[in-house]
Amino acid sequence: MFQATLKNEYKKLCLTVLTGLCLSGSLLTASLQATELGYPEKEELKFGFIKLTDMAPIAIAYEKGFFEDEGLYVTIESQANWKVLLDGVIDGRLDGAHMLAGQPIAATIGYGTKAEIITPFSMDLNGNAITVSNEIWKQMKVNIPKQADGRPVHPIKADALKPVVEKYLDEGKPFNMGMVFPVSTHNYELRYWLAAGDIHPGFYAPHKGDTSGKINAQVLLSVTPPPQMPATMEAGTIYGYCVGEPWNQQAVFKGIGVPVVTDYEIWKNNPEKVFGITKAFAEKYPNTTIRLTRALIRAAKWLDENNNANRPEAVKILSQSNYVGADYDVIANSMTGTFEYEKGDVRSVPDFNVFFRYNATYPYYSDAIWYLTQMRRWGQISDDMPDSWYKDIAAKVYRPDIYMAAAQSLVDDKILSKNDFSDLVGEDGFRAPQKHFIDNIVYDGTQPNAYINKFKIGLKTGDKL
Amino acid sequence: MTALMSKKIVGIAPMNRNKMIMSFIAEKTQALILPLVGICCFMLLWSFTASSIDTSLGKFPGPSAVATQVVNLIDEHNAERNKEDAFYIRQDQRNEMRQAKDPSYQAKVRAYTGKETFLDQIVTSVVTVLSGFLLAAVIAIPLGIAIGLSKNLNTAINPIIQIFKPVSPLAWLPLVTMVVSAVYVSPEPMFAKSFITSLITVTLCSIWPMVINTSFGVVSMNQDWVNVSQVLSLPKLVHIQKIVLPASIPAIFTGMRMSLGIAWMVLIAAEMLAQNPGLGKFVWDEFQNGSSQSLSRIMTAVFVIGLIGYLLDLAMLQLQRALSWDKSSAQR
Repeated sequence: MFQATLKNEYKKLCLTVLTGLCLSGSLLTASLQATELGYPEKEELKFGFIKLTDMAPIAIAYEKGFFEDEGLYVTIESQANWKVLLDGVIDGRLDGAHMLAGQPIAATIGYGTKAEIITPFSMDLNGNAITVSNEIWKQMKVNIPKQADGRPVHPIKADALKPVVEKYLDEGKPFNMGMVFPVSTHNYELRYWLAAGDIHPGFYAPHKGDTSGKINAQVLLSVTPPPQMPATMEAGTIYGYCVGEPWNQQAVFKGIGVPVVTDYEIWKNNPEKVFGITKAFAEKYPNTTIRLTRALIRAAKWLDENNNANRPEAVKILSQSNYVGADYDVIANSMTGTFEYEKGDVRSVPDFNVFFRYNATYPYYSDAIWYLTQMRRWGQISDDMPDSWYKDIAAKVYRPDIYMAAAQSLVDDKILSKNDFSDLVGEDGFRAPQKHFIDNIVYDGTQPNAYINKFKIGLKTGDKL
Repeated sequence: MTALMSKKIVGIAPMNRNKMIMSFIAEKTQALILPLVGICCFMLLWSFTASSIDTSLGKFPGPSAVATQVVNLIDEHNAERNKEDAFYIRQDQRNEMRQAKDPSYQAKVRAYTGKETFLDQIVTSVVTVLSGFLLAAVIAIPLGIAIGLSKNLNTAINPIIQIFKPVSPLAWLPLVTMVVSAVYVSPEPMFAKSFITSLITVTLCSIWPMVINTSFGVVSMNQDWVNVSQVLSLPKLVHIQKIVLPASIPAIFTGMRMSLGIAWMVLIAAEMLAQNPGLGKFVWDEFQNGSSQSLSRIMTAVFVIGLIGYLLDLAMLQLQRALSWDKSSAQR
């Protein structure tokens, strides 16, 4: 027993010394490995982000010096909205950015601006929630079963919202909700949740020039940049929204709304943001690409290390005005493993923000294919596509090869240990069929068409608007 | 001042002299005290109103909240400067180590990558507005003179000026942004694209008042002087240099002051909209942050923006006083 502890301590010490050595002398290590990974071709980089807590890996890689260890001099700049951010990466104003998982995929298939964007690094799992205004919550609450202690039973399904929406429609009032971008995770999650509760969120029909996504809609979804969500709801323009943190907790703190469901409850451990760069960038600067991936992997590892022990420090960094900038308490609420629903109803959600556990950083093909299935389900992809097409697009955008090269070189340089990536040996890029969806439908990434046909609401094989 | 006073009152009867000194002092104290009274009243009213406005981000910031933020912002600036020093030291070490391994490596010192502080944003905005304004002056003054001198040119260009004059430069902003990012491509750009975009937007809005005022100044030139020039049969360029330019200086300055005022207002809005570095971005970022300090930081920025606008105007006024023969045009 004692010996084992001692051994452990010794191991830890070795690791600390090693990491310390690597940190202080990454150039030394790098030059020893020069045959494997050269110096970065482009050293001065500019990365964009949107003020959301899941940009944390970029902020941490900067503040903890992981970028500098790779010889990269990175400037980090917040962007006005997702469109500006994407255009920045496409036209080269930005070298890379914190992106919605749907953005590189949509850009590659030409939905919106057509451009070849790839991702070598998936930034996090979960981290979003759906919030409704106090007024809607009051009307919804009566439809929700209660626990013994009087608090609502979770997860709250959209079934509770349905009577409210119907009431508004009967009165001839449109029921508006906000999401952050047409190809955002939030759009698909909000749609998934609504449709699972038998509320129609509307179809897109890009072949007819209709990209508003409101065909047959019972709830009208519109785009609002994340940081403006609370203000827009407060102004009464929308009755609720789906957004990342801290903008749900902000609503609780401001007392203007109530988060009803987290995306962890809609789909357990769903992939969220990715780090996007252009394909041209990755081809022109291969060492830079691997090196920035290395820095991001280390940052993600740091964020989840020792059971989230570094999270308070991360929250402090994120609350700086040049990063997320919201108050410490607001960000801490979700980042430190708890989530406040109705004011005072704080529940433990340890996996609300996952940055490294469960292979969160590995770009799975099956994750990309899920987004493609939802694009097809809601009509953003107008036509039927064979299963092979889904696989091809995923392989074009998601680049586990770059990720694995970065991970391997981190292991070779003894910066991270083999155990950090033990699940990824022989990974084929497809997660095992995933079961934890709010409507209990099972997702198997190898059979996208079969999956699309399982939904009650949504386009199916052969449907065309 | 006293010299001026004694000069003025020499040769005036002693009794009158005393009276004049008294009234002079009264005038000066008035000039000092009245603004102070105004500011005090404003402060009182402000702190009173502020404490009764509740927003979802807390109380509206009063004078004390703004004062705290001024200290905070300066502290942040100093902290960032320390980080910057550390950054350069780390960079030097890294470069040295790399050179030790690889002697052919040409070490390059890269600029600090950290955030721009509030004080940096102020400098960025002021530099942008002045450069945009100077560019506008270089274009507008010769154009205005040409239009003023030639009736035909005036008739030809006037409709265009009239159409573009009322357009908010912010409407130009998306076009400017796209054009700049398409046209201004170089691997090692001397200026950032965002700087060029802001600069052109500022130029676009400050050109028109200057063109119009300059041409007005030229047209309304004293006819006697034109006659003199004709009698002496001065060559065209000398005519412009010796007669037209001096004659229209007061009008040109009026146009320039107007332009600079507009340029400053537009720049803040443009920075906000385009997220270009500067005070406008600072305000927008703080608005988006929505932290409990955001409102007081924005309020601080509001005062700083106002103060800088005032100082810019004051500087133009001094310049006008120094250069213009018509002192009466530079009084207010």
